[in-house]
Amino acid sequence: MSLRIVVCVKYVPDATGDRKFADDLTVDRDDVDGLLSELDEYAVEQALQIAEEADEAEVTVLTVGPEDAKDALRKALSMGADKAVHVEDDDLHGTDVMGTSLVLAKAIEKVGYDVVIAGMASTDGTMGVLPAILAERLGVPQVTLLSEVKIEGGVVTGRRDGDAASEQLEASLPAVVSVTDQSGEARYPSFKGIMAAKKKPVESLDLSDLDIEAEEVGLEGAWTAVDSAAERPARTAGTIVKDEGEGGKQLAEYLASQKFI
Amino acid sequence: MAEILVYVDHVDGAVRKPTLELLTLARRIGDPVAVALGNGAADTAAVLGEHGAVKVLTADAPEFADYLVVPKVEALQAAYEAVSPAAVLVPSSAEGKEIAARLAVRIGSGIITDAVDLEAGDEGPVATQSAFAASFTTKSRVSRGTPVITVKPNSAPVEAAPAAGAVEALTVSFSEKATGTKVTSRTPRESTGRPELTEAAIVVSGGRGVNGAENFAIIEALADSLGAAVGASRAAVDAGWYPHSNQVGQTGKSVSPQLYIASGISGAIQHRAGMQTSKTIVAINKDAEAPIFDLVDYGVVGDLFDVVPQLTEEVKSRKG
Repeated sequence: MSLRIVVCVKYVPDATGDRKFADDLTVDRDDVDGLLSELDEYAVEQALQIAEEADEAEVTVLTVGPEDAKDALRKALSMGADKAVHVEDDDLHGTDVMGTSLVLAKAIEKVGYDVVIAGMASTDGTMGVLPAILAERLGVPQVTLLSEVKIEGGVVTGRRDGDAASEQLEASLPAVVSVTDQSGEARYPSFKGIMAAKKKPVESLDLSDLDIEAEEVGLEGAWTAVDSAAERPARTAGTIVKDEGEGGKQLAEYLASQKFI
Repeated sequence: MAEILVYVDHVDGAVRKPTLELLTLARRIGDPVAVALGNGAADTAAVLGEHGAVKVLTADAPEFADYLVVPKVEALQAAYEAVSPAAVLVPSSAEGKEIAARLAVRIGSGIITDAVDLEAGDEGPVATQSAFAASFTTKSRVSRGTPVITVKPNSAPVEAAPAAGAVEALTVSFSEKATGTKVTSRTPRESTGRPELTEAAIVVSGGRGVNGAENFAIIEALADSLGAAVGASRAAVDAGWYPHSNQVGQTGKSVSPQLYIASGISGAIQHRAGMQTSKTIVAINKDAEAPIFDLVDYGVVGDLFDVVPQLTEEVKSRKG
């Protein structure tokens, strides 16, 4: 039977742009170009590699997001994913991680899966907890933060490099996997891939398709509330000296004046 | 006063500093009740008591080491049910965040991750977070259930606050879910003898300008003269010059030391995201136009191969 891989991806504001908050303290999506979160490219890459190794596999990319989030799906399709699912609904605006994970879990169950693969974190929210929450919601093993991953005979194995130790993990499918940026560089879409992606199916779902009530998601349905967001004051301009042979000593003098030595 | 559950990060009974910082924050909003799991759990009680833990709930079982994350979630959940706390605080390590997140789902609560400060508020604890590569500061709170909040290292001082620290055994029975992901082997990281990157008071980092793995000895020598941790930019890590466990930046560690010294690092957004909240920032870079100089309190435009060794010698001689 074909190995069903679902990759969760996020459409995020470009981290090199001037990111800010909208008036309702959600992430402003209008003034900065969006794109497929860089860290999710690693998830797409590992999904494609696993699919290439498998006898038969199908890679579905899934996102929850506004209309423009199709760009992220299109990128993943052009890298080589087979099909895409886009959950889009006006009531989703302002949804927090609990709501997003609920929507993803329902969509994953609807699509059908053997393994879910996600990136280590998004580049905008940067929480890094969604894969663990998905595993909890789906009731399947979490095999997360892997630098190496392999799926063989219905078993996922991988290496998790933690602060104190490097661990080898093993779990039976179905499972939720997340991969780090150490898992292997993501491929660039080829011209052929970009052309092929235009013909690949993108299924759109809304909340009613997933039997989710509007109150369970969105800003009002969030289980957390942001009360304020303030731009961090620019750091006051420091002293810059040019090294004329005494730069190290001058720096030591500064560190001594600040009581670091 | 309301009780606050504090999840203890420890290595065989030796409590790591971020947990003591959590006790400082927990005391602002209630009475800390610590939860220590795994080998050496009961040995944590003395130091936790000295820092304000009124109670220390402990449990040890092979499952904590043999299976990933979920056994710890189930133990923390058992503690939550036993104590009915006003909030649950967990150190913001990769594992800590996953434990906290799964607990939050189970108890129907919202979660805030990577708080850098915490204070009492009219509607529950208010968490301060950094957003968008630390260019914004937000204040948030959990609006449903019992707040579950993970806190980054260096977010609060460690304070002595003697309390009972009475040890109580926590009864945990594991569900089938707890043993879903087996840890088949574990290779401890070799100790460098240097402070933990995220906990260090001083961090010395090297980037592309270091130009080779062998040259990191210069960075390490400066770090050792200052008793600092060593960091590396993504460029240096991707080039294979330094381990990923030392990467500072968006996809590595986020640090907030008293002093951050960036050598041969241009200061791309990816790196700034991980160090921008440092108290004092110093940079050494050949390129006077490098964006890192926008952040610094003191910068030297020059060749790090001249400046860093000279600085190291000067630090050594001043320290005697």
